[in-house]
Amino acid sequence: MGETLPRVPKGAKLRSDTWSRPVRTLRVKMVLLGSSGVGKSSLALRFGKDEFRTASPTVGCAYLTRVVHLSDVTLRFEIWDTAGQEKYHSVTPLYYRGAHAALLVYDLCKRETFIRAQVWLKELEKHYIPGSTVIWLVGNKGDLAQDRQVSVQEGQALANDRGLSFTETSALSGDQVSELLQAIAHRVYECIGAQQGGLSEWQETPLVDLHRKGTFNPFASCCKVGP
Amino acid sequence: MERDNHQAGQAQGVSFCDPPSESNPPAETLATSLCLLGNHMFPDSVERKEEISTGADKEEPADLHQSDVKPNEQSVDAELLSNQVKKLETEEIETLEELINESTQPTDRDAEDVAMDNDQSDSGEFVVTMLAKAKLEEQGIGVKGRSSPLLEAGIQESPAFISHRDEDVTADSWRQHRKHVFVLSEAGKPIYSRYGSEEALSSTMGVMMALVSFVQSGDNIIRSVYSEEHTVVFLQKGPLVLVCVSSSRQSEDQLRGELLYVYYQIISMLTQASISRIFEHKKNYDLRRLLAGSEKILDGLLNLVDSDPSFLLAAVHCLPLASSLRDSLSQILQKAITPNLVFSILIAKNQLLTIVQEKTVIEDTRLEPADVHLLLNLIGASSAFQAGEIWTPICLPLFNPDCYFYAYISYLDPPECTVCLLLLSTDKEAFYAVAECKRKIEEAMVAQNSLSLIAKAQSYSVSQVGVSDLRHFMYKPFDVPDNYRQLTQFTSPEMEAPYSSDEEKMRLLDLYRYMHSRIHSTSRPLKLIYHVAERETLLAWVTSKFELYTCFSPLVTKACAITAITKLLRWIKKEEDRLFIRYPPKYSTTPNPSKSSRGGKSDQQDTTDNGFLSLL
Repeated sequence: MGETLPRVPKGAKLRSDTWSRPVRTLRVKMVLLGSSGVGKSSLALRFGKDEFRTASPTVGCAYLTRVVHLSDVTLRFEIWDTAGQEKYHSVTPLYYRGAHAALLVYDLCKRETFIRAQVWLKELEKHYIPGSTVIWLVGNKGDLAQDRQVSVQEGQALANDRGLSFTETSALSGDQVSELLQAIAHRVYECIGAQQGGLSEWQETPLVDLHRKGTFNPFASCCKVGP
Repeated sequence: MERDNHQAGQAQGVSFCDPPSESNPPAETLATSLCLLGNHMFPDSVERKEEISTGADKEEPADLHQSDVKPNEQSVDAELLSNQVKKLETEEIETLEELINESTQPTDRDAEDVAMDNDQSDSGEFVVTMLAKAKLEEQGIGVKGRSSPLLEAGIQESPAFISHRDEDVTADSWRQHRKHVFVLSEAGKPIYSRYGSEEALSSTMGVMMALVSFVQSGDNIIRSVYSEEHTVVFLQKGPLVLVCVSSSRQSEDQLRGELLYVYYQIISMLTQASISRIFEHKKNYDLRRLLAGSEKILDGLLNLVDSDPSFLLAAVHCLPLASSLRDSLSQILQKAITPNLVFSILIAKNQLLTIVQEKTVIEDTRLEPADVHLLLNLIGASSAFQAGEIWTPICLPLFNPDCYFYAYISYLDPPECTVCLLLLSTDKEAFYAVAECKRKIEEAMVAQNSLSLIAKAQSYSVSQVGVSDLRHFMYKPFDVPDNYRQLTQFTSPEMEAPYSSDEEKMRLLDLYRYMHSRIHSTSRPLKLIYHVAERETLLAWVTSKFELYTCFSPLVTKACAITAITKLLRWIKKEEDRLFIRYPPKYSTTPNPSKSSRGGKSDQQDTTDNGFLSLL
């Protein structure tokens, strides 16, 4: 884990020069949890593609990837955007198991989603040793602050109380979203990346999108943004 | 409005199916309930003959005029109104008490029946409340979205109701919808309504349930109610009751078939086993908790059922494709496999490109068209798929109604999102392995330039057949040669002028539905129909080898039409390779016994069991 030797994966010779950067790429599993309609998919879409679209309810779970570059490491976020609908609750543990980061998202205009986020927190705490997962409380829909039902102080207080981080975002306007991802990246790397075996290294499989772009650019990032 | 309570005696034509039970319910009480339902659904029911049919003798009303529903006059004098309501309420309660008393006096029934009766007496009070409420609502007092005593307290994670879910259910426009679909639980709890919010309709659904349980109390099953303009069809599946109120002139069997699709779509999300378990545990469970967020999928299904003949024909429509291209796509899918993968399906523009099945699966069973329709609808109804890769449990009700598959869904051509890959595994942990298969498929498709070839593929024009006067057709072979137990398919050209507008398309589909109902009539099935309609002539023909529906210009003679059909059949024969998926491709995924999953539980199977076998 300690060495930062460049790696040349088998079969990826074409791109070997992109691997000469002495930067490791680590996999981070991040899961978004929360009630239906709080904006998990919109946040995920912001994370992944920096777009906003009116989303329809997620079916099961959507998987997106996003690469975040830190000064001495590259983190490849594997984002699991779970469905908030109750019918999928029985399968949700499938998605949050082994997550390095968990985002508990609530809609700051709907108090019940804030309460629901606390239920998710209890659920997470049941299964995880503190320190193995970075849990972040996210109050979304900051653009609708005039209809706010949960104050910043309340969110912050809950976060302080339970040792979580806290941010208010707006997936619609994009406010605080990229900042949030950067902050999570730093926190995950500090807390988990330092541990022995905390984060596994990501190895590009030889098959991944070699031909995805029409022209081959040897200086392109070794990681694609989004799926 | 006063007329309501005089209606009881006016309803006629009440008949029940086999066997004519000794304890036929008193027609008067039943008729009262019926009228209540009628008043809400179609306010002009006084002058109408109502006919309940539960068996074979169904007669379609002969005239085809548009419904002229009279507006429900509403009084403005609230005080007077509430007095009336009170009066009506008491009357209803009296009538219903009779009903309940009758149903709670079992004579020599077995234990099961007695248990059922108990439920009914439980729900008796509820029925009374509901009927009284129906009165309120029918008189325009009902406020949409008001909370209903039926709703469990504490489930306030309300799904976002959109567009027609906010419809005013007391408005005429609501009544004039061509086809209403309601789903309710046996306790009369609303589960789904195509138009209007379920809360606002809880009373109406209560009346529906009253009808169902009342007929049930006479050891009978209510199947349908015919009025001049509407057909009300009932379908009971396990603890769910599905009701369709249609003015579409479709046959009862067709409407029941559509209700069955709705039921299957619900099953595909929750499984039959879990629905029965839930209701066994708690009779008055509010299933909307579990279906929250899925209304759009059901709405989408009902829109498809109305506009896509695949549902009527119970066959899938595949995109015409040069057989060499289809074969190469199949080979790509065949090579990208992982343990416990059972189906690989490639879809473009909501039509099948190809489908590859696991060998053992294809030997034992086949994918039913209905399951494919549900999958296609799921993909079509959720734009969320376009954002990333999806991994979701999904049940294929006709394959196995009690188990989940895990579906991997991803578009291969972002951002256009027309070509979609669907991989079904029995292993819920297989996401990364299955996602890897997609990478391989993507890779191979890029190498073979498949995406641009697929983009060029399109449905064909009827002019390519080269038969003048032929405007449109639907051809469903019962067995594509070399394709024993192959997925049932049909082929059909684009609908072109004069059927290019939505109204005209619907009109043609309605004609096809009419022909279909005649061909498949239970009392008098036909093999060949030559039907001269107002603006076109249709010919439908069913043989042991195929089912064919054709539409000609109006002045075609019978002889001409027969010649044209001969030519058409010859053309189809010639184009068969392009129009249908032939030679079903298969693969064999090495079973991985330790990882098999069943029904969402991670129970370990014994070593001889391999994933999909547990599903059979």
